[in-house]
Amino acid sequence: MNRTVQKSLPPTTSVLRHLRSSPTHEAPASLLPAVLRRVGLGDLYWQLDSPVGAVFIAASRAGISMVSRARSREDFERSFERLRGRPISRATSRPPAAVRILMKNLAGRDRGKLRFDLRGVSEFERAVLMKALEIPGGEVRPYSWIAREIGHPEAVRAVGTALGKNPVPLLIPCHRVVRADGTIGNYSLGGSRVKRTLLEVEGVEPEIIEQLAARGIRYLGNEKERYYCYPTCGGTKSLVDSNHVPFHNGREAVAAGYRPCKACRPAA
Amino acid sequence: MPQEHALEAALARDLEGCFERMVREYQDRLYSFAHRLAGNPQDAEEIAQDAFVRAYRALKTYPAERIRALSLKAWLYQITLNVARNRMRAKRHAVVSIDERDGDGHAAWEPEDSPENRPDSRFERGRRRADIATLVAGLPERYRSALILRYMEGLRLEEVASVLKQPLGTVKSNVHRAVNALREALSASRRFPAAKEVIS
Repeated sequence: MNRTVQKSLPPTTSVLRHLRSSPTHEAPASLLPAVLRRVGLGDLYWQLDSPVGAVFIAASRAGISMVSRARSREDFERSFERLRGRPISRATSRPPAAVRILMKNLAGRDRGKLRFDLRGVSEFERAVLMKALEIPGGEVRPYSWIAREIGHPEAVRAVGTALGKNPVPLLIPCHRVVRADGTIGNYSLGGSRVKRTLLEVEGVEPEIIEQLAARGIRYLGNEKERYYCYPTCGGTKSLVDSNHVPFHNGREAVAAGYRPCKACRPAA
Repeated sequence: MPQEHALEAALARDLEGCFERMVREYQDRLYSFAHRLAGNPQDAEEIAQDAFVRAYRALKTYPAERIRALSLKAWLYQITLNVARNRMRAKRHAVVSIDERDGDGHAAWEPEDSPENRPDSRFERGRRRADIATLVAGLPERYRSALILRYMEGLRLEEVASVLKQPLGTVKSNVHRAVNALREALSASRRFPAAKEVIS
């Protein structure tokens, strides 16, 4: 390199300054959704009929991530992306068989086949939801039952809050959890009327539970077998069974020589 | 950098749960890098997409120990660079053809059968449009990647060496030569208005 050429070259510092200040390009908004979809981590959703009308059901690779009622697909997509912070798109495939069957028959036994994507749900909330999942169709349990079962007997109110935030109502049957006084209680998917409808669809007789509760009756005892249960344990058959013995609480039942049912595990 | 290692540890623990965070954290960097390599947004997006998908598939097969030991940033740059190189090779996308389409819609790499596509006139057009990105894109591959990574992406020399899988000395000398080549190119394009703006 001769002297004259070198002299005419721009200084290195100036070149470096221009290199360093060259514009950066922000990734387009379409990049993340495309990547997640391609690796199978994007959520997909279906619109399905349910006993409470049309619902949107979202699922990721990890499992069902949201069940919601929304006015339109756009509303659902927007609320999903806002709440979950990740992209969603409409599924072109059919929903999983277990979901289809459950939407037709909420009291069905296919819940065990479902996986749920509960990212962002706290440990406590997860424990509450998993416990609610154990309540069979056609039965109800009070909030205090869940609190006791998950080892936080004092956290009845927190159980209510956790159920209110259930991201996958219907599929995790939080509608089967009612107040100890027998009233139906709130429901995130459309208030107590919807909850009542769901229970009726599943074969629970809300009036009978309410009547028992109004008389202060929490448990029913089986006279022959000498155990006591929640009134809906094993379905409504115990409700129409004339041999049942009413109890106001567990102490009363135990004092009368009854033991708690192993299936519904009432308070002692 | 502790933050990066936190992400590596998180990926090792729960890849599916943390992959999205990784994409969010690196998407601007990798897209920008791909844009600099490819010179246009369409290719840049596809390169960045492919790079993340490849990264995910690789991470799926790695044992947790290996993920934890990764130097994520350099590793992701390396994947992006490989994707871009393969793609350009496949498209016979010559390094100099940064302006893929001319005003008349001819791809820059189309056969030189018409007067306006003869190499000399193409070169003139390129020079008239010269800005720093165009000039960088015109550098030989071995200089270009090193220069982009070092000065436009701001990687440390050791990181550049790791991305390019080259000895530190080679990287240093390629970066140095790249800067000189760029100075030459800038000097040559000085007489053209577009280039004057950048070196003023």
